[in-house]
Amino acid sequence: MVDATPHAEQGVPPAETPELELYHPKGWWTTYVFSQDAKVIAIQYSGTALAIGLVALVLSWLMRLQLGFPGTFDFITPEAYYQFMTMHGMIMVIYLLTALFLGGFGNYLIPLMVGARDMVFPYVNMLSYWIYLLAVLVLVASFFAPGGPTGAGWTLYPPQAILSGTPGGQGAGIILMLVSLILFIIGFTMGGLNYVVTVVQGRTRGMTLMRMPLTVWGIFTATVMALLAFPALFVACVMMLFDRLLGTSFFMPALVEMGQLMSYGGGSPILFQHLFWFFGHPEVYIVALPAFGIVSDLISTHARKNIFGYRMMVWAIIIIGALSFVVWAHHMYVSGMHPWFGFFFATTTLIIAIPTAIKVYNWVLTLWRGDIHLTLPMLFSLAFIVTFVNGGLTGLFLGNVVVDVPLSDTMFVVAHFHMVMGVAPVLVVFGAIYHWYPKITGRMLNEAMGQFHFWVTFVGAYAIFFPMHYVGLVGVPRRYPELGDVAFVADSVHSLNAFITIAALIVGFAQMVFLFNLVWSLRYGREAGGNPWRATSLEWQTPTTPPPHGNWGAARPIVYRWAYDYSVPGAPEDFIAQNDPGPQHRGAV
Amino acid sequence: MAETPLDGTATGQSRPVGLHGVAADWASDQRAFKSVSWGKAMMWIFLLSDTFIFGCFLLAYMTARMSTTVPWPNASEVFALHIGGVEMPLILIAIMTFVLISSSGSMAMAVNFAYRRNRRATVTLLLLTAFLGATFVGMQAFEWTKLITEGVRPWGNPWGAAQFGSSFFMITGFHGTHVTFGVIFLLIVARKVWRGDYDDDGARGFFTSRRGDYEQVEIMGLYWHFVDLVWVFIFAFFYLW
Repeated sequence: MVDATPHAEQGVPPAETPELELYHPKGWWTTYVFSQDAKVIAIQYSGTALAIGLVALVLSWLMRLQLGFPGTFDFITPEAYYQFMTMHGMIMVIYLLTALFLGGFGNYLIPLMVGARDMVFPYVNMLSYWIYLLAVLVLVASFFAPGGPTGAGWTLYPPQAILSGTPGGQGAGIILMLVSLILFIIGFTMGGLNYVVTVVQGRTRGMTLMRMPLTVWGIFTATVMALLAFPALFVACVMMLFDRLLGTSFFMPALVEMGQLMSYGGGSPILFQHLFWFFGHPEVYIVALPAFGIVSDLISTHARKNIFGYRMMVWAIIIIGALSFVVWAHHMYVSGMHPWFGFFFATTTLIIAIPTAIKVYNWVLTLWRGDIHLTLPMLFSLAFIVTFVNGGLTGLFLGNVVVDVPLSDTMFVVAHFHMVMGVAPVLVVFGAIYHWYPKITGRMLNEAMGQFHFWVTFVGAYAIFFPMHYVGLVGVPRRYPELGDVAFVADSVHSLNAFITIAALIVGFAQMVFLFNLVWSLRYGREAGGNPWRATSLEWQTPTTPPPHGNWGAARPIVYRWAYDYSVPGAPEDFIAQNDPGPQHRGAV
Repeated sequence: MAETPLDGTATGQSRPVGLHGVAADWASDQRAFKSVSWGKAMMWIFLLSDTFIFGCFLLAYMTARMSTTVPWPNASEVFALHIGGVEMPLILIAIMTFVLISSSGSMAMAVNFAYRRNRRATVTLLLLTAFLGATFVGMQAFEWTKLITEGVRPWGNPWGAAQFGSSFFMITGFHGTHVTFGVIFLLIVARKVWRGDYDDDGARGFFTSRRGDYEQVEIMGLYWHFVDLVWVFIFAFFYLW
């Protein structure tokens, strides 16, 4: 039994740190634009991420139109297809999901959930957002650069990433992409340092690490991982930029282009892959761990039951985070590697299944005999579990070297990672927005629009990605804009491709309903009150909703218990807030 | 290291020592590192992240060096100076290393005097540190100039593998940038110490938004020692190998 008993009688330790002296805005500009309030920064981060994510969504429609109805749309040339694909991947993984989970949810939830007034260094936190915005603008600028954005694939593998035959390789496309990534990393580091120090050193009285909601654990661990993984991408970007601009040969072997021997020679393309995936694999969990944490809290709250195996959940997050640094080469089974390395990386990859499975079991056991309310956050959480299990199972296929070799670079891989790190985390994003929107705005999101959004998104995502597994299994390679008349491609593949495209368009338009809901409910949504879900964690106990600058009014809350006291026998209500001192002290503190 | 509480609220509490103390601190509320301020914690975590950047640079350089099929230029010949008719291998690098490590010493003394609130000595030592850092960058500029006039370029050199020049300019350039930023911030901190911004009634502003505390000098020192330590690795792996 985890620490669920009130500790008021043992006394709460005295405050160790003085109150954070907040910067008080003096006008409209410093309140809403150059704000140092983590909550405003969070909304800025989320808005920017959703806006650029919308661009990536449109790009995915264009790709699907080409795949479903090849030859119909003249403007989607093979070059344009590669550019759409590259930008779609990079935007979704880094500029949408990473920024939204860490910059958006991290900024909003960490200070509120650990009982802090703000991030520890609000000014640096503000800079983080503005540099992120600059990175996004540089990325968008590449759409308007001569030659367009880079079409090297989102992994930017050299040598082709900087060769002139690749779309955007000759012009500024690849340069702007690399510069944008470098800026993103600098901006993220500023925010990430804040999140980590706030969790480690900035908690309120009584908030021990093992009383933190799992949301904070997930975001915290992901941030630590990001601070250690992004350096590899930073270095890879700097080196590739030099290869492109200065003519160095870090990644470029001697090669002939258009009949001309190039001036490069002696570099190693594999080195880039190692650097990229040393970042790239932790990145998968940088996106997944916040989702794990958030979904744990959503399930517990909406099933009115304490999370099953809290300590196990925390350690599973930490172990997944640590293991994810020693699995990166499973993305490189077909790149050329000593077989023993393949053996090593396959083993570590499959070991990750253990803590991950523990988490899935604990979510299911939390639901077991719970008082399940099928609210929108709960629906999205359930959808997440199902989708994540599906995507995880195909991960076992791809983690084994011998099974991966035939499946590598087919649509099966595309289906796998879209299920596990595309759809699954995005479902959590939606669930989390439905869950915390009332706290952010004071109003509930519209339920009818939400139900429509959920069912179309969930069923539609399966309509898109389930058939894609089959398409991949019969051997259709990924990254081909057009299949043509090839004997091994069955007719069913063509009809499935058309089906997938139509499903993708429908799911895409359902997101417009969601965006409309976000705006509509701001004005017409039902009044939410301070704690509409009757949840325990600190962000629901703020004196006013939305929380004011500084979050807590006169005094920071004191924490007496963990965040999962739901349906405690004998308690007057079916939840006990974290800052509730317990029956004998109620009203006394 | 004694505790550096932010306002003295937590002093005097007895805490377990050794591993039990570590476990107790991590299991406690508010802060996992009881004697560490926010700024210092942030600098340590930043340096950890920066370690990964330099680690990746050095590993990439080693990979390039080990996988190249062309001979690697001999560092002790390339980095030799012709002084008084004698060929002296690595002499400039030895002086640079000596200068940078000396600057770590003056930085450590500056931190000591800062905590004693001896502003005059602190400023002197900070300026000395900045001067030594600038000297280091200056000698690096000299070294770059010498190599460039001898025909070393990022894309090639007269003696062997092209990756020699690429790695050299990239790694020493990135380190030199760190030193340069360090010198700039040393000057900023020295100016603030000189004006007394870190005293209890000091002016507020950039780097002094929190109530005055000479710990800022120590945090500056952490960065400076880190840059120094990185140089030791670059020296060992690039010049001595």
